[in-house]
Amino acid sequence: MTEERHDVQLTVNGHHRSVLVPARRTLSDFLRHDLGLTGTHVGCEHGVCGACTVLLDGEPVRSCLIFAVTITGHEVTTVEGLAPADGLSPVQQAFRECHALQCGFCTPGFLTTITAGLADNPAPTRADAVEMIAGNLCRCTGYQNIVDAVLRAAEISEQTSW
Amino acid sequence: MKPAPFVWHGPESVPQAVQVLAEFGGDGKVLAGGQSLVPVLAMRLAEPAHLIDINRIADLNFVTSSPDGVTVGALARHSRVEGDIAAGRVQPLLAQALKLVAHPTIRNRGTTVGSLAHADPAGEMTAVLALCGGSITAQSTRGKRTIPAASFFHGPLESDLAHDELAVEAFFPALPTGAGTAFVEIARRHGDYALCGVGAIAELDESGSVQALRCAYLSVTDTPLVLDLTRAWQSAEADAVEQAKLAIDPQSDLHATADYRRQLAGVLTVRAARQAISAAERGARAA
Repeated sequence: MTEERHDVQLTVNGHHRSVLVPARRTLSDFLRHDLGLTGTHVGCEHGVCGACTVLLDGEPVRSCLIFAVTITGHEVTTVEGLAPADGLSPVQQAFRECHALQCGFCTPGFLTTITAGLADNPAPTRADAVEMIAGNLCRCTGYQNIVDAVLRAAEISEQTSW
Repeated sequence: MKPAPFVWHGPESVPQAVQVLAEFGGDGKVLAGGQSLVPVLAMRLAEPAHLIDINRIADLNFVTSSPDGVTVGALARHSRVEGDIAAGRVQPLLAQALKLVAHPTIRNRGTTVGSLAHADPAGEMTAVLALCGGSITAQSTRGKRTIPAASFFHGPLESDLAHDELAVEAFFPALPTGAGTAFVEIARRHGDYALCGVGAIAELDESGSVQALRCAYLSVTDTPLVLDLTRAWQSAEADAVEQAKLAIDPQSDLHATADYRRQLAGVLTVRAARQAISAAERGARAA
C-alpha cells in the first residue's frame, strides 16, 4: 500500500515551500528531509529535549510534536532564519561571546527559544532567563553560560535597537 | 520513533468532524495540540488507523468569560487560556495551574480541552476541572451532552467520551466571591510531571474562619481526587493531612516511592490550604 501524500505549503524563513508528504511527517523531519534545513536538530523525538524548537507564527514550538500537514499555510522560522544576511543575530552573537555552546547539538533549540523569549521580555532578570530556557536540555556546555548569553543578548538587542 | 502510517482527516467544522468521528472514531484519535498524543504515536504505544485533526476548526479556538465561569474551546492553546486576564479573574485556578503545565513551548501548542480528554491523572487541568466542579461538553452526530467532571474521568487515560464524540468545550465555574485558591506541586524539575500536586479552594465566613476547604490531588490517584477537608481542617491541620494521606493511593515508580508521594501529599495539602486561605483573606480585605 502506498501512503497517501498531502500538499503541505509553508512559509519557511520567508520563502514559500510546497512539498507532497505523508501525513505522519513531523515538522522536524519535513524541515530536515524534505527541505534540507538540517539546522533544526532532532534529539529525543518526543518533546522532552527542546533541540527541535522552531518558531511557528513567531512562537516557539517543538517541531517533533507537530505534523507538517497540520500547519499548512502557516509561517515557520528555523535557526537558519535567525541570522541577518551578514553576520549573526543578537542571540547568536551572545552565544559566541559567552561560550554558550560546546558541541552545539542543543544550540538551535536554545537560539529559537531565546529569540522568542526576548521578544516577549526584552529585559529579563537572571531568574527570568533560567525560566526562559527551562524547557531545553543541554548535556555538555552547562546552563550557566547559556543564562549569561540570554542576558548578554538582551544587552546587545538594546544597544542595536538605537 | 516515527509514527505508524495513518489516514489523516482535516475537518474544517464541528459537523464535519463529528461526521468523520462517527465513521472512523472506533479506530481513530482526535488530534488537537498533540503534545501528549504525538509522543504516544512516535513511541508506537498507539497506532490508530485514523487521525482526526481539528486544528482547522477555527470556531473551537475561543476562551469566553462570564460571571458564571470560563468556557474554553477545544482548540484554545494552554498559553492563550493562561494569558486570558478575564478568565484569570473569574477562575484564578486556571492561570495558577497552567503555569505548572510543562514548559511555555509546550503550552504554546497543547490545548486545555485536549489535556482533559487525555485524562492523565498527572495532569494539572484535570485536577482543576474536578476541583471547581466543571464540565465537558461532548458532541457527536447523535447530539450534544454535558458531562460533569465527577463522572468524566474513569481511570488513567480513560474518559467518558465515546469513540464518536468530540470534546468541544470545557466549562470552569467561577470562583465564589470571598473564596481563595492555590495550586502547588513538587516535580523533579520545573515543568516535569508532578510527583504530587494539590489544588485548593478555601471559603471564609464573615468572621474570617474557614467555612469550606476542598483540595484536589494529582499524580497520587487514578483519577482526579477531590476531598472535602473542611471539618478536618477546622479541627486541626494535622487532621486534614491525615484525611488526605488515607484517601490517596500513590504508586511507586522510577521517580518516587509511594511513601514519598504520600508524604508530599500531606505537606502540599497544608501548603495549598494555607495559600488558598491567605488569598481568600486578601480578597476579603480588598472587598
